[in-house]
Amino acid sequence: MIQQTIKFYQTGTFTVGNRLLDESQRSVQANMERTNSLNSGHRACQGCGEALGARYAIDAAMRATGNRLIAVNATGCLEVFSTPYPESSWQIPWIHSLFGNAAAVASGIAAALRMRGQDDVRVIAQGGDGGTTDIGFGCLSGMFERNDDVLYLCYDNEAYMNTGVQRSSATPPTARTATTMAVGDEPGNPFGTGKNVPLIAMAHHIPYVATATVANLRDLEAKVTKAMALRGARYIHIHVPCPLGWGSDPALTIRIARLAVESGLFPLFEAAHGELTSRTFIRRRVPAAEYLRLQKRFAHLFTAGAEAQLARVQAIADRNIERFGLLAPESAS
Amino acid sequence: MNKPFAITLEVGSSLANKTGSWRTMRPEYLDRLPPCNAACPAGENIQSWLYHAEGGDYESAWRALVADNPLPAIMGRVCYHPCETACNRALHDAAVGINSVERFLGDAALKKGWAFAPPAAGTGKRVLVVGAGPSGLSAAYHLRRLGHAVKIVEAGPLAGGMMRFGIPKYRLPREVLDGEVRRILDLGVELELGRKVTDIRAEMAAGRFDAAFLAVGAHIGKRAYIPAGSAARMLDAVSVLRGMEGEDKPMLGRRVVVYGGGNTALDVARTARRLGASEAIIVYRRTREKMPAHDFEVEEALQEGVMIKWLSTIRNMADEGTLTVEKMTLDDKGFPQPTGEFETLEADSLVLALGQDVDLSLLDGVPGLEIRDGVAVVGPDMMTGFPGLFAGGDMVPSERTVTVAVGHGKKAARHIDAWLRDTRHAPPPKHELAAFDKLNTWYYSDASKTVRPMLDVARRSSTFDEVVQGLDESNALFEARRCLSCGNCFECDNCYGVCPDNAIIKLGPGQRYEINYDYCKGCGICVEECPCGAINMVPEKI
Repeated sequence: MIQQTIKFYQTGTFTVGNRLLDESQRSVQANMERTNSLNSGHRACQGCGEALGARYAIDAAMRATGNRLIAVNATGCLEVFSTPYPESSWQIPWIHSLFGNAAAVASGIAAALRMRGQDDVRVIAQGGDGGTTDIGFGCLSGMFERNDDVLYLCYDNEAYMNTGVQRSSATPPTARTATTMAVGDEPGNPFGTGKNVPLIAMAHHIPYVATATVANLRDLEAKVTKAMALRGARYIHIHVPCPLGWGSDPALTIRIARLAVESGLFPLFEAAHGELTSRTFIRRRVPAAEYLRLQKRFAHLFTAGAEAQLARVQAIADRNIERFGLLAPESAS
Repeated sequence: MNKPFAITLEVGSSLANKTGSWRTMRPEYLDRLPPCNAACPAGENIQSWLYHAEGGDYESAWRALVADNPLPAIMGRVCYHPCETACNRALHDAAVGINSVERFLGDAALKKGWAFAPPAAGTGKRVLVVGAGPSGLSAAYHLRRLGHAVKIVEAGPLAGGMMRFGIPKYRLPREVLDGEVRRILDLGVELELGRKVTDIRAEMAAGRFDAAFLAVGAHIGKRAYIPAGSAARMLDAVSVLRGMEGEDKPMLGRRVVVYGGGNTALDVARTARRLGASEAIIVYRRTREKMPAHDFEVEEALQEGVMIKWLSTIRNMADEGTLTVEKMTLDDKGFPQPTGEFETLEADSLVLALGQDVDLSLLDGVPGLEIRDGVAVVGPDMMTGFPGLFAGGDMVPSERTVTVAVGHGKKAARHIDAWLRDTRHAPPPKHELAAFDKLNTWYYSDASKTVRPMLDVARRSSTFDEVVQGLDESNALFEARRCLSCGNCFECDNCYGVCPDNAIIKLGPGQRYEINYDYCKGCGICVEECPCGAINMVPEKI
């Protein structure tokens, strides 16, 4: 844990809050005065990881900017479940335009603020994986290469959940979706497809790129806070389980997100100007199967004859662990 | 209509949408029973006093502790801590050192002179306590706090019972014992020493007592028939240990043999070493695994040079101190059987540590009172067959430890109090056990147990200095913070953080949380991510 130096034993370093910690060292989410940017009454499913990730990230950004923040939202679950006309769950200045143009709208708002000399008001763009890695990708790449002063948050639930769980370019290999059914020789989403947008963002040499997860709140808050202290284009990719699309128990949303990290399938890292600068080590390494088994979209991996497919997914996890150096030096074996 | 183009409705908040109607299961906060509390013979609320200690508020911790047990400094030394055996943390890394934190709190209270809260308003009732051992002291303390007038009559010259006349100084320094006894007397408990109650009914009538609690202990050493020469020196363990409190220490000689396998046998052997015996040999008829003594005490005794002969019985003792010992073997059922093989041991004295009996003569002629297997029979309310006469500690069927005795005292006090008020004490129903599978241990980081420093072996076998030393503040705090708080909310904010619907209301320090059922969708993440298992999922009534 990079962001909390005091070690606690009873409560661990891992809970949301800690009554024994000095007020200034507690997490934003432990604070009774947190913004609750995304308020109660939103229509997200039970156990929605995206609703949780959005509140974690935007609340942290609100604290980091002294509540001087405008958020642009791409079309997607987050937009649909939070703002059915005329209601809104957002308790911050918030705008939605189209599915594919969130990055461009945010660039425009940043430019307008610069023209008006309002450099204390900061801009965030946010969207799901579909609006980010597929439909809005051109606008996003443009925002990166111009180094516009925007933090882009991608809430990655690995498919188009809002429209009925269709495959996106963030859908992992073997996952069953409405458009990649679990049939044939290679059931589910094929291997060798999709793209890794955090690495593509790094290739733009922007000031800051990070990955985060709803399973590690303090890590997520530290990354958003660090991003808001910087200027220029920044990108944080947040892993948010979707009980509906993944076929998982809503109660297990955080556990599943945690297993994705602990198995190595979702590496947590930070990069500055194209260089990897830190990674969050795996605490208790688990086989990928432990993560996959809790999700019906991977059920076909646990039938007879699917061993080779399962081994290929495990190989992806192993490669991540090696590539990003995810094992702490003393536990590396 | 003064609205922008294409806008027909006012901007509304999603709070209008009560998503609580989606719910089929609802989370509810609950307290589960931590295994330490469940295992404590004195009924301490260990998790609760550790909670205060974690925050560094040692006085509040001590006050929570003494609500159940007035002798924490003694407990922190002599209790066999079944709490630590039960501790869930043992399944994670190592059990929390509850006993060492208890001792730290007890010692802090003695050092800082913390006094008990004053007793409740006087009830006008008088209770006689016979015996100033752990059970009698505990009962007196609880009865006095409830507002009753209490008088203890003790046959011995000083208060403490077996804590003074049975437990050696190297395990329980006498100033600690004296300090904790004095604090109970300071509550206004009357103590009469050096008088043995011989007729309980006459005593109660003479003092106009409304009820009595008997806790005379078990002080008569059991004998075994061992043919012995007239000059052979044979003693019993209780007399030896009691003799240690007087001016003239018992004369045991250079070679001491102790017969028995309980903690008392070890106490005597270790005492003999400290009195200068070059050889202290324990003879026990079964194996180490079958020995009733606690393993750590066996270990400490062996370190101090005590020798143990397993699977042996003593057949006779000749005048010049030669013991004939027969080797035993365990049968299929684990009982020792003679083998017919003999050997001899040289001994200046033989000490029998074969258990103790109770002197029940004061109960002669009490109607309705039943005695079975040499101990008084009591009901679940600790009352004997004679109304108003209660009993506890070693004189009733029990495990015969200090902690059990203290627990009897508390339990009896509550029933005596109810009896005096013409009601019945009904203990509140026990919470469901907070078993290990109710915890989410991801949130607890690893931290190994703090081991209490031990006195050098050289000093241990020659002096009566306390063997096990205490923790200092920094490591006592560390140890307290290792508590997992099983089954009881410790306000970690996890539920407040992980709810995707902001449906948890944080009420502020010490106030815990509430669930806003208008918006809780019943996903169950809070239950899953609660580290200590203090939230439960129950079906909604539909």
